[in-house]
Amino acid sequence: MNVLEIIRFAIRGLSVNRMRSALTTLGIMIGVMSVIVLIAVGNGSSKAVQSSLDRLGTNSIQIRSGVRGFGGGGFASARSRNGNNNTKQLTIADAQALMNPIQAPDIKQVAPIANANATCVNGSSTSTPATFSGTWPAYFEASNNPVEKGAYFSNEDVVQGRRVAVIGKTTQTELFGNDSAIGQTIRCGGIPFTVIGITSTKGSSGFQDGDSLFLAPITVVQNSITGYGSVSSIIVEAKSSKTTDAAQTEIQTIMDARHKITNTNNRDYQLFNQASLLTTAASSNKVFTVLLGAVAAISLLVGGIGITNIMLVTVVERTREIGIRKAIGAPKRVIMFQFLVEATILSLVGGLLGVIGGFIGSNFTIVGVKPIIVPASVLLAFGVSILIGVFFGGYPASRAASLRPIEALRHE
Amino acid sequence: MACQVAEEFAWADLAANLSHTVIDVRNAVKQYGTGESSIFALNGVSIQIQSGEYVAIMGPSGSGKSTLMNILGALDIMTSGKYFLDGIEVSSLDENALSVVRGRKIGFIFQSFNLIPRTTALSNVELPLAYQGIKSEERKKRALKALEVVGLSDRIDHEPTELSGGQQQRVAVARALATRPSLLLADEPTGALDSKSTHDLLDLFDQINQAGRTVVVITHEQDVADRAKRIIRMRDGKIVSDEINSRRAS
Repeated sequence: MNVLEIIRFAIRGLSVNRMRSALTTLGIMIGVMSVIVLIAVGNGSSKAVQSSLDRLGTNSIQIRSGVRGFGGGGFASARSRNGNNNTKQLTIADAQALMNPIQAPDIKQVAPIANANATCVNGSSTSTPATFSGTWPAYFEASNNPVEKGAYFSNEDVVQGRRVAVIGKTTQTELFGNDSAIGQTIRCGGIPFTVIGITSTKGSSGFQDGDSLFLAPITVVQNSITGYGSVSSIIVEAKSSKTTDAAQTEIQTIMDARHKITNTNNRDYQLFNQASLLTTAASSNKVFTVLLGAVAAISLLVGGIGITNIMLVTVVERTREIGIRKAIGAPKRVIMFQFLVEATILSLVGGLLGVIGGFIGSNFTIVGVKPIIVPASVLLAFGVSILIGVFFGGYPASRAASLRPIEALRHE
Repeated sequence: MACQVAEEFAWADLAANLSHTVIDVRNAVKQYGTGESSIFALNGVSIQIQSGEYVAIMGPSGSGKSTLMNILGALDIMTSGKYFLDGIEVSSLDENALSVVRGRKIGFIFQSFNLIPRTTALSNVELPLAYQGIKSEERKKRALKALEVVGLSDRIDHEPTELSGGQQQRVAVARALATRPSLLLADEPTGALDSKSTHDLLDLFDQINQAGRTVVVITHEQDVADRAKRIIRMRDGKIVSDEINSRRAS
């Protein structure tokens, strides 16, 4: 009695009740498919976070003014303890102080940012960029916002206060449609600017369109729109992602000295390390993935219990047949093997269909996430589905094999 | 047809001619339950059957004849006593060895045919050979031959539900013969058949026996028993008579 023949018996056994076999297979298929797709969704969303992390530039640290505190109470108590109601604003001088290779060897470059709100006009087209900033050329690299067409504005443009601007793709489209914007003049806040560069596509970072962008020399923006005085924030680029923490410490040392901070719990500025923020997002995403995987695993388990149930029913239904087979000389192990193979075929076919379904399902965008299949999850789901067949099929199979022929034959 | 049977099973006849004891049951006891409420289905039964014999075991229901059949067929275990089949002590074998004995030594024929449903006649006959590990080519040859012997060569692709009762029983006979067993064991084989089919089946048994095979039929019908050479009568788990059938024509 060779294995092939037993497999043929098993297939014949399954084909006798096609509907039941198909439904059982469906259970496993859905289990495997949901494991693959849900893990792919989780993976896809953490990959999306990862890529926006890469886009932002992992080396950059943002400094914003404001007291660190938990809610209004913290803010108020910090003020009263300092006895100083005037929180010191960030200035261009702060930015210049950070560019100190001796005190801050881990800082590569610094750019102050003066944010404004202004509407730009080109003929009859208007556009209000989500980000309208005056800054230094260092900004482009520190914020990972390279120019794709045209040129950057230079330090000389900043010093001379030239009315030139670099705009994002969205802003370009809103103002110029498909025409080239380079060399054209637009009016923003009533001031004419010559467009000299277009940044490369950045995409949406969740809340706002990264391509709705207007960047000009900080001197021009301060001169004509925000006025001289404080800046909105300072962006600092560390020399590498490994030295981000060291750069952060150096920033604190310099800023604490400049802003006369004695209590480090009451700083009048805040540091935002975008990389660490996104790392937090990525790790919460991992929890999300594990959760999805667990839900899917439960459905796989339910599918497995379905196999046990069906196999048990099958054994009872075929008790008499088992008795006949035993009476004409079927050894216990052959009966056992036949039922085990039946269960394994159900889970194997279900697993295979589930993998196919998983690959198909992962082609669709699910709740705004493009699923990315994790190869390990495919192997895991498929392997588990086969194990389920063997494990959950084993009990009914051994029950079938242990039936005493005389009792099995009497069964009606 | 008798000639074909003789041809097909010629090698078995050689063994049969060297007459030996096929069945040797000594003081078989089968007890159900214990203590006061226990029932003895078999209460000290001893039988010897030689090769080539044609034996009918008779008795009313409850006489223990079915229990005896189950024990002779290695389907059930005795409470005490010894059972030798072809010199093998069946009463001491384990589950695995029992399945080998069932497959090789015994050909079963049941009242309700007991064919595997939704499986063709040919596959049904091949099945015991498959369990013995015989290669598919040889298996098919032997199964076809056995079906030819029972006169069903034109029905090999029919499933049990497409066959009449008599035809189903003949498939069962072919299945029993295909393994060339030492013993053909039939339990009420005509119980579910009309008189024409009964007659045909008993003719078939005669031919099989004439070819040298040992046949044991369990029945409560006198006309079935009349075809056997020896009749054993049972009552209340005991043998009440064991005699040569004087009414047999031959």
